[in-house]
Amino acid sequence: MTGFVGALVEAWGELRIHRLRVLLSLIGVAVAVAAMTGVTALGDITRQAQAELSEAQSGRPATFRVDAWSETATLDATATTAAFREFVDRYQIEQASLVTYSTMPVRMPMATWDVTVQAVDPPYGTMHRIAPIHGSWFTEADADRFSPALVVNEAFLRELGVADLSGHPTVLIGAGEPVLATVTGVVADLWPGAYPEAYILSSAYERWIPPNPEYFTVPALEVWVPPEDAEVAEEYLNRDLTAALGAGAQVQIYRQDAFGIEEFDRVFQLVVTGIGVLVLMLGALSLVNISLVTVRQRIREIGIRRSFGASSGRIFFSIMMESLVATVLAGVVGVGIAVVAVRNAPIESLIGWGAIQDVPPFPVSAAVTGLVAATAIGALAGLLPALVAVRVKPIDAIRY
Amino acid sequence: MSLLELRGITRTVRLPDDSRLDILRGVDLSVGAGEHISIVGRSGTGKSTLLNILGLLDAPTDGEYLLDGTPIGRLGNRRRARRRGDDFGFVFQQFNLLPGRTALENVIAPLLYARGRTFWRRHSIAASMLERMGLGDRLESKPEQLSGGEQQRVAIARALVRTPRVILADEPTGALDVDTGAEIMSMLDEIASDTGAVLIAITHDLAVAARATRHFRLGEGVLTPITIAPRTSGTLAELGDPLTATDVVDPEAVPALAEVEAGPA
Repeated sequence: MTGFVGALVEAWGELRIHRLRVLLSLIGVAVAVAAMTGVTALGDITRQAQAELSEAQSGRPATFRVDAWSETATLDATATTAAFREFVDRYQIEQASLVTYSTMPVRMPMATWDVTVQAVDPPYGTMHRIAPIHGSWFTEADADRFSPALVVNEAFLRELGVADLSGHPTVLIGAGEPVLATVTGVVADLWPGAYPEAYILSSAYERWIPPNPEYFTVPALEVWVPPEDAEVAEEYLNRDLTAALGAGAQVQIYRQDAFGIEEFDRVFQLVVTGIGVLVLMLGALSLVNISLVTVRQRIREIGIRRSFGASSGRIFFSIMMESLVATVLAGVVGVGIAVVAVRNAPIESLIGWGAIQDVPPFPVSAAVTGLVAATAIGALAGLLPALVAVRVKPIDAIRY
Repeated sequence: MSLLELRGITRTVRLPDDSRLDILRGVDLSVGAGEHISIVGRSGTGKSTLLNILGLLDAPTDGEYLLDGTPIGRLGNRRRARRRGDDFGFVFQQFNLLPGRTALENVIAPLLYARGRTFWRRHSIAASMLERMGLGDRLESKPEQLSGGEQQRVAIARALVRTPRVILADEPTGALDVDTGAEIMSMLDEIASDTGAVLIAITHDLAVAARATRHFRLGEGVLTPITIAPRTSGTLAELGDPLTATDVVDPEAVPALAEVEAGPA
């Protein structure tokens, strides 16, 4: 007991006396750990941004798209819609949406535009990570509106001649029997110079917009299911919808989220970890360097301690612990720096992919790796002087 | 029974050119409790090696070392380290205070290896030891703030704080002026006598050596008993120049020993 406490007291005394050296070690290791942890965390966030970008375009894992058509006759859009809705109800799929691409006439102040429109259901917003910059995405309540709701892009709003939604802008849509629609949300343009585009709820679309014969007007169905249920979902979609739509219909189901991204992820992770390890090795080198430079002075002290009755085991333990305590402290500081830096850095502008919705929490694995690495470095950097100290003869050490 | 007994101790090192150098050649020494021993000899004659072997800092190449009748050679490293801490106190020529630590911390340092009450009361024990050495007002001073004499007093306090049974002093006055050296030696003698500890001092100052109850000379690795009359000064030249002798020096055969008589073992 006194031996252990004595070694602790001794290690603490050494840390206190060698403040400058400890501080230098601390800085070196802390910076290295901060860099490694930060790079790993940034890597995670970049991956998340990349994933979100791909999910916005093609849906989250696992998203299936079902297209139905007939090779012999025109498929009845109403019957197909009914079959899709029934399927969604039967299996109580919360995240499902009909999707119809078409155009609709919109009477802008300057001219009537044929605006590209996507008729969707409210869950489509979540499924494709649609985050309106003004107003909001559709809710179930929007289906009951007398004036259909529109979520439009910025180009649409510009063409409409309004700056924001404060005046509840309305616009006439449709051809023969136009209806006054209300713009309830605005999404960012996908690229500069985009044309006006709009989302409308499927129910409103069916009610107000006459089918455009140039477009294939039978809706498609998108469902988002947990990835682990993907196989079952695909099987049921195929079985039930083929049966529901009858012999004349072809049903094509394909998974449209960017699955297979794991391989990219793995390589990315490998590169990021590689960089982190390199940075950490640089930190370790500086620490070993400092340890080696100070080993001279320390050997003499160790010799003196040997004369007090310090066994080689005690000397070894004492020096190792001193190095470990210092580097673990440095590791904690480093992880702290990394957390603060990653939380406050303008990551979104750095990545340049726009806003991230689900900013991943600071990766615990990165923090743990940083701490473990710091400890390992401490052990390694302490091992060298500790081994030298134990091997040197006390008399030589005293005379050093 | 002797407290310390050396029987035919030799210490040989192998040089880089693979030749052997005999530092100690068959040293016999028997020391009883409370004795004050001085060993004189020129530099490079193996004095420090002998002291290190006595203090369990070094192991002999051959021969037997008995401490309290126990052969030290049979003890493991750990037990040897423990006995070193428990039984020996070292006073070095260069003081060897731990740099950056205060006088108090230096004296506490050996107590970190003690057990029980001594360990837990280390602060008060160290402080009272320093007070006894007349350094009660310098507890918080660091070595660089102390004079040479004060540093050596701290070193002595540190050597004695665990009340060792044997005090090993390697040229304790070597780095001090004559007056301070005399003062330090008086202090060391006094405390050793008070505690009944054996004091073994290595020196090349005959005045320091003369204070001991028994005297030895180490030349060419051989320990020879001599007698040194009390004096206030004196140099090794009076003992002749053993470094030039190729054979073991027989003190009786050295004519220059006018005041220095060869004594019985």
